[in-house]
Amino acid sequence: MSRKLVIDPVTRIEGHGKVTVQLDENNRVTDARLHVVEFRGFEEFVHGHPFWEAPMLLQRICGICFVSHHLCGAKALDDIIGAGYASGVEMLPTPEKLRRLGHYGQQLQSHTTAYFYLIVPEMLFGMDAPPEKRNVLGLVEANPELVKRVVALRKWGQEVIKTVFGKRMHGIASVPGGVNKRLDARERDRLLKGEPGLLSVDQVIEHALEGVRLFHNFHEKHRREVDSFAKVPALNMSLVDEQGNVDYYHGRIRIVDGNRDTVAEFDYHDYLEHFAEATEEWSYMKFPYLRSLGREAGALRVGPLGRVNVTRSYGDNAPLAQAELERFHDYTGGKANDMILHTNWARAIEILHSAELIRELLEDPDLLEGPLVIEPGEAAWTGEGVGVVEAPRGTLLHHYRADAQGAITFANLVVATTQNNAVMNRTVRSVAEAYLGGRAEITEGMMNAIEVGIRAYDPCLSCATHAMGQMPLQVTVQDAEGRVLDERLR
Amino acid sequence: MKPKNPREIASHELPATPLDAATRAAREEKIQVAMIALCGCWGCTLSFLDMDENLLRLLEKVNITRSSLTDIKRIPHRCAIGFVEGGVANDENIETLEHFRENCDILISVGACAVWGGVPAMRNMVPLEDCFREAYLEVPTTEPRAPKRIPWHPDIPIITDRVYPCHEVVKMDYFIPGCPPDGEAIFKVLDDLVNGREVDLPTQINRYD
Repeated sequence: MSRKLVIDPVTRIEGHGKVTVQLDENNRVTDARLHVVEFRGFEEFVHGHPFWEAPMLLQRICGICFVSHHLCGAKALDDIIGAGYASGVEMLPTPEKLRRLGHYGQQLQSHTTAYFYLIVPEMLFGMDAPPEKRNVLGLVEANPELVKRVVALRKWGQEVIKTVFGKRMHGIASVPGGVNKRLDARERDRLLKGEPGLLSVDQVIEHALEGVRLFHNFHEKHRREVDSFAKVPALNMSLVDEQGNVDYYHGRIRIVDGNRDTVAEFDYHDYLEHFAEATEEWSYMKFPYLRSLGREAGALRVGPLGRVNVTRSYGDNAPLAQAELERFHDYTGGKANDMILHTNWARAIEILHSAELIRELLEDPDLLEGPLVIEPGEAAWTGEGVGVVEAPRGTLLHHYRADAQGAITFANLVVATTQNNAVMNRTVRSVAEAYLGGRAEITEGMMNAIEVGIRAYDPCLSCATHAMGQMPLQVTVQDAEGRVLDERLR
Repeated sequence: MKPKNPREIASHELPATPLDAATRAAREEKIQVAMIALCGCWGCTLSFLDMDENLLRLLEKVNITRSSLTDIKRIPHRCAIGFVEGGVANDENIETLEHFRENCDILISVGACAVWGGVPAMRNMVPLEDCFREAYLEVPTTEPRAPKRIPWHPDIPIITDRVYPCHEVVKMDYFIPGCPPDGEAIFKVLDDLVNGREVDLPTQINRYD
């Protein structure tokens, strides 16, 4: 008899997802899907709101990468008033560095939350450990000292965000053309040197290194399992600077293939020429792809694995992360890495990279002095803006238009988790075939393997459900055998 | 409740490795808490982690059963406290919230979305049919030749006409405002409840933004 296996809800991710796997009478996988089961939507209801509200409203899409949404919106607003990259204007050093500081602080806290609270439990206890144990409660019971360090690391990342944006979550610092406050020396020193109950930046780097070591220890013990878990080839995408190195805040979009050769590179203001999106009936999340290559070949991977595959190096300002990146690149002989569980390695490296970037910035006097805002004057108004940043989960895009009175008339968002939709579904299929295919007896642990594959992307399904609207209301009345007795549509 | 397809097997009903007896017993002695994020941004759940060191203090007294931070997919036994983030935006949210009401002694609306619908409830102001068209049909990134589709499938929930605050669906016992509430405020309410004190949220840690 054919069977349908369901994971509902997928847990230890942000937002709402569900997995269905169809097995035929010979236990072959005939279908495997990740469904996004939530539909909220922001693009439509921001219409008519003042343009400067957009970063405040739209960061409420997400409780974990709100800074990325806030800054993406801020960059689009810079364009709208004629103070942005679209008008050829470079952001002033003080506001750009403050935005970067907050952004790196968020990457540190977001990756720390995902890696330690959501992913590490499997690395320590195994995929088929008791479900009650594979979580932060199990970590506290097994290694409370580790959890204390994780709490301290996450807290420090959140304090960086609060120092820049005024609140730990959904802050308000960015304004069109800049930011509304500098740091003072006391705020800066607190993050640099720490205080009772708060780490110093050097301690943060130590804790970040521990995260990387944790992956290596796990990898050494389970090398074959980790490397063969799910290999999903795809194009890799990231923002890069002029040297072709990842820049989390600004750059050009670069897309590389399995040989890490560039297949496309463009200014993100031209995104509509390059990206297309498909819709399936079984998920509220759309499927973007590179228009020139079509839906199959043009599927993109974004986020930590995509970025480390794209970047050439981390430059010379993050030596510890650079050493780890070289080890990562060497592991696959310079080719793109498509081993899905290595995403967690990449994530741990990026925690370290963020910490080193923050240390460098905290020593920069521009955080404490210098003009905060570009005021280009009314004549410079363009009424349209696009912002792109590398959010923790990958390349994030906001695009707005506003009328002459400043009311928003159009908003379009393409979020990182949505970019990963096709490769996440390929991963679900690959893991389902490896762990469920051909087996008559299925256990909870085998099903968890599918979730492990999804968690590697750290998907934010809250982010992915920003699009909104109404289902045509359809009511179906079925009898006990599932026969349709009556159907109404309005 | 939606009719259950008899051929559908949920992962949480499959045989799982059992938790060892000693750990199980230690957890059963604690106060049982269930958590859920409905239509929100997961920010209130992260604000729960923002209680920092107090999280470890709280976990000495509290066991978390179902939550998006654990892999427990349904409330396994009676819980003293249910922590609810997010408003109600689809039929599954209704089902889940009712499951929480039936299985928890006390339910707390945590954050603006649970308390009054929050930012997602801004969609209540917009003609919904237009929005759906805007989201899936009239998007600049849609290929002109691609089939025009609005998601509609038995495996995904039906979106409700409006976004509702939790207390319009079931009785809620406590409300913590804020977008999100600070970790300190969440800790104060839970700590009061866990220690049998009357809930008292001082104005200096209560916020609405």
